[in-house]
Amino acid sequence: MSEQAPFTVEQFYKYMLQRKLMAAKCRKCGKVHLPPRPLCDNCFSKEFEWIAVPGKGRLVTYTVIHVAPTQFQSIAPYAVGIVQLGNSLKIPGMISGVAPECIKIGMQLAIDFGTCGTAQTWPQWPRYCFRPA
Amino acid sequence: MKGKSLASIVSAGLSKFGKLEGLYAREIFAEAVKEAYDRCPNLDPKKDIKAMFIGHMGESYEHQGHTGATMADWAGLLHIAATRTEAACASSGAALRAGVYAVLSGLADVVMVGGVEKMTHRSTAEVTEYLAMASDYPFEQWNGITFPGLFALMATAHMHDYGTTEKQLAMVAVKNHHNGSLNPKAHMQTEITLEKALTSRVIAWPLKLYDCSLITDGASCLILTKPEVAKKYTDTPVHIIGSGQASDTIGMYERKSLTSLTAAKLSAKTAYEMAGVKPDDINVAEVHDCFTIAEIIGYEDLGFCEPGEGSKLVENGETRLEGRIPVNTSGGLKAKGHPVGATGTAQAYEMYLQLTGQADRRQVKDARIGVTHNVGGSGATATVHIYRRD
Repeated sequence: MSEQAPFTVEQFYKYMLQRKLMAAKCRKCGKVHLPPRPLCDNCFSKEFEWIAVPGKGRLVTYTVIHVAPTQFQSIAPYAVGIVQLGNSLKIPGMISGVAPECIKIGMQLAIDFGTCGTAQTWPQWPRYCFRPA
Repeated sequence: MKGKSLASIVSAGLSKFGKLEGLYAREIFAEAVKEAYDRCPNLDPKKDIKAMFIGHMGESYEHQGHTGATMADWAGLLHIAATRTEAACASSGAALRAGVYAVLSGLADVVMVGGVEKMTHRSTAEVTEYLAMASDYPFEQWNGITFPGLFALMATAHMHDYGTTEKQLAMVAVKNHHNGSLNPKAHMQTEITLEKALTSRVIAWPLKLYDCSLITDGASCLILTKPEVAKKYTDTPVHIIGSGQASDTIGMYERKSLTSLTAAKLSAKTAYEMAGVKPDDINVAEVHDCFTIAEIIGYEDLGFCEPGEGSKLVENGETRLEGRIPVNTSGGLKAKGHPVGATGTAQAYEMYLQLTGQADRRQVKDARIGVTHNVGGSGATATVHIYRRD
């Protein structure tokens, strides 16, 4: 039951494996938390419900990483951006399926769960990315 | 309360910044401590100094944590209360703030605050990984966003919203390298051209090599006293008259603005109000230029100009050594270097030199009031301090 699932980052990524982008909505004040958190920073309530978040949004900023940390060196250079989903929620992610020079702030992107793996050990999360919508 | 001295700097020390091969952090710290002791013959360190706060970001570099006690021992201050403060790149800005708390509380009349980092023995990939630890793990680090990457995200947004250009970013680097060429303790003491900066290799577009601060070894320290006893140690104390510190979300993506740092703006507001000064009153500033875009955003957050106008300030030369408000006379993190944990109190060290007229070839004439701006991570911590000479 989604309403009984804990409001944790781990649960957020478990939903990703089910190809769902979910956020925690505070039952008391209505604030939506992405990523979820167990204590509402607005009203201090611990009562939440999971809600689906639109998987499409607008690119608000981006960069192309050339010098990468050890574990990402094999895929560099790669583009990463921050995507605004519907209302005020924002989430970072890699941007695939578009040449870096064609990326523009304001472009519409959609989440791609296709890159999500399966077997994961905390804190190794499934991977998602964004592609042109 | 306004403009009253909260604490007084009676001495300061800085190690050489650079690639200090064969030295542990504690050994580099001892060099900074020796200068601070030598500058202050009236200080009896073992008798007078009652507590120590040391900024240090990463135990990964040397496989060494518990830095407070370690540095106290190497400073010859065994058994004093010693605590490490960690707030990423603002670790020693936080140490300075903790020192102000300690002195104001009345628990200690004299404290040492400082910071240290030993980084250059690690590969760039390792340092990139360690620095990224100051950002959000499950979304930022997990998606391969590096530290330059976070500031690149802000740079792209600033360029988009305000028309800031890569050339204007490079102008920050050229200015700070010039200042660094006048600082014998700077990591890089060579001038660079605009062309060299603009054609350097891309680290995280739009940021190139010369938009990034240096991976540096170094240490800094200050002797801080209760204002009432400062004159016992020096005729020329530098007073801290404003101190602000604030925090923000660890994940940059959760913030409303991607073109300013709320924590820095709040810290500045607190510090200015406490000091009873306005941005126009500032004669000299050390602004956290971990990346060139950070200095431009720093101008705006400190109120030196309106939001979005920072790039014009550097382009018009207003922040050069001979400009209206000289910024990063030391060379900044860009040329002096950025041994992460040492940076906050290294900025205060420069302010101490400037306000006591000891900055030699980079001296700002008649500098009386200064500000330091120290940012941790991508802005989840900021500290701002305001200084005045008698």
